[in-house]
Amino acid sequence: MNSKLSSEQVDKKKLRKVIAASSVGTLIEWYDFYIFGSLSVVIATKFFPSDNPTAAFLSTLATFAAGFVVRPFGALFFGRLGDLIGRKYTFMVTLLIMGFSTFAIGLIPGYETIGFLAPLLVLILRLLQGLALGGEYGGAATYVAEHSEPGKRGYRTAWIQTTASLGLFISLLVILATKKSMSAEAFANFGWRIPFLISIVMVGISYFIRKNMDESPMFEKAKEEGKIVANPLKESFGKKLNFKFVLLALFGATMGQGVVWYTGQFYALSFLQKVANIEFEQSNYIIAASLAGGTGFFIFFGWLSDKIGRKSVMLTGMLLAICTYRPIYQAMYEAADVSLKTEVAGSKVINTDYAMIPNSVDLKKTVKTELSYTDGSKLTLEQSSLTTMFPGRNPKKPEIKRIVHVGSSSFWFLILLVFIQVLYVTMVYGPIAAFLVEMFPTAIRYTSMSLPYHIGNGIFGGLLPAVATYLAAKASTANEVAVAAGQAIPYDKPYLEGLWYPIIIGGVCFVIGLLYVNGKDKEIND
Amino acid sequence: MMNALRQIFGIVWILLGLAAGYFLVFEQSLKLFEKGGMDNIVPAIIYTFILAPLLTGGMCVFGVYALQNEYKSID
Repeated sequence: MNSKLSSEQVDKKKLRKVIAASSVGTLIEWYDFYIFGSLSVVIATKFFPSDNPTAAFLSTLATFAAGFVVRPFGALFFGRLGDLIGRKYTFMVTLLIMGFSTFAIGLIPGYETIGFLAPLLVLILRLLQGLALGGEYGGAATYVAEHSEPGKRGYRTAWIQTTASLGLFISLLVILATKKSMSAEAFANFGWRIPFLISIVMVGISYFIRKNMDESPMFEKAKEEGKIVANPLKESFGKKLNFKFVLLALFGATMGQGVVWYTGQFYALSFLQKVANIEFEQSNYIIAASLAGGTGFFIFFGWLSDKIGRKSVMLTGMLLAICTYRPIYQAMYEAADVSLKTEVAGSKVINTDYAMIPNSVDLKKTVKTELSYTDGSKLTLEQSSLTTMFPGRNPKKPEIKRIVHVGSSSFWFLILLVFIQVLYVTMVYGPIAAFLVEMFPTAIRYTSMSLPYHIGNGIFGGLLPAVATYLAAKASTANEVAVAAGQAIPYDKPYLEGLWYPIIIGGVCFVIGLLYVNGKDKEIND
Repeated sequence: MMNALRQIFGIVWILLGLAAGYFLVFEQSLKLFEKGGMDNIVPAIIYTFILAPLLTGGMCVFGVYALQNEYKSID
């Protein structure tokens, strides 16, 4: 009995090591992947022609999307490799590719130095990041699941699920710490490169931890028994028996999970910054605090899915999300809307500044108006206009920048609202690794689970910020056209229009999940 | 009963896939391509070459499988 107990303890110790090694590596990959997105505004000014900021920003979004669109190809390439040569070696290769790409982005000279080569190199490295991420997640999830005992697979793999949020959390912390440690000018000049460059140290450490790990026992067993298939891609997607489950995993789980995840973690940040106009640092603190509070729930819902089933936990999260997104975002908008707050009498401060534009004959005039409100909120309006010294040349249209610093009560209320969304994320995302792993046999597991995961998250989820921003912008334009024509505005709340994308996609996924997903199956299907 | 419902919904998924493809390509992308400009062409490319094939192709095959009662055994 004693020897049995001791062997169980050894196994648990080994299991903890497996989870730690897999999770740390995956966390670093997510960190690498997110710093690009978090710094997209700075990257736009450095690597894309700066004369049109909107075009530069869209170019970055396109690059961002390229990083997501390419993920399913990484899933296919590395998934196949993982099913042929093993999980361990494959996810070590993905880790190295990701580390190299991130580090290299931090070294590329800007557009002003090397011209179009700069955005081209950034695009190539971003594509490599996407490929690596496409291979990493499936490998780590499969590796942990294949080491786990039945009945605890949801709980064990939930640790892998925390890494995506923790990766984002750490990326925000590193960016905020770097910004705090230097002036805004220094950060814009070289400081933004630091989060990219330090990635190489983290990747090095993770590589050496993973190097000493053993191959997955289930894969070893399948290999010994000669059950490894020669063509995992053909087996996964060429045979109806397996392909029907790939489609079910995509349309009945990962598609909805992807949009809930990206709404809660990315669209929320974009909404705070671009729609609610909350200042960069404060909006990042709101997201970071919500993630810090919510991350433990990945483990809880992973554990709960072992007890009551993956399907019920995931579908409840999806249903709550699609029913409450609009009221939550309306409340977020109102929390930052200064027109609903009371202005402090006599608080208006106006400063005017003039500066010559280097290497030109243009003069830049900046009028800064600051207003304070009784709840501690502050509004800063920056109106910049260029005056040309050449007679007859038309001056450029003035740009107005609106920055809101919310007071303490609104700040905590916004944290609560984003936290609720993170909670939905943990419900749909916590059990998903175990759910996907249990759908497919060992011989094709890495390939079969990676593709629906990365299409659901990378494409349906990853494109959410671009599609939602577009829908909201389209509604605003329609309103402006109607006002100009003297007609009634077609959209009462144009800033909420972007939410139709996650609501519709999530709704379809919920119905498919409810009808077709088996709520009882919690065993690995071999 | 549940299996019959799953089969009937197969038609819904096929129609939904076709409708999504039509809406994305003809109602959205073509108009955006006509307008031109980077901020219109980027979403148009995404709709036409990524979302539309995935939704139409995937949902139609899924619908056909559902109609063929391929998902009955998982009950």
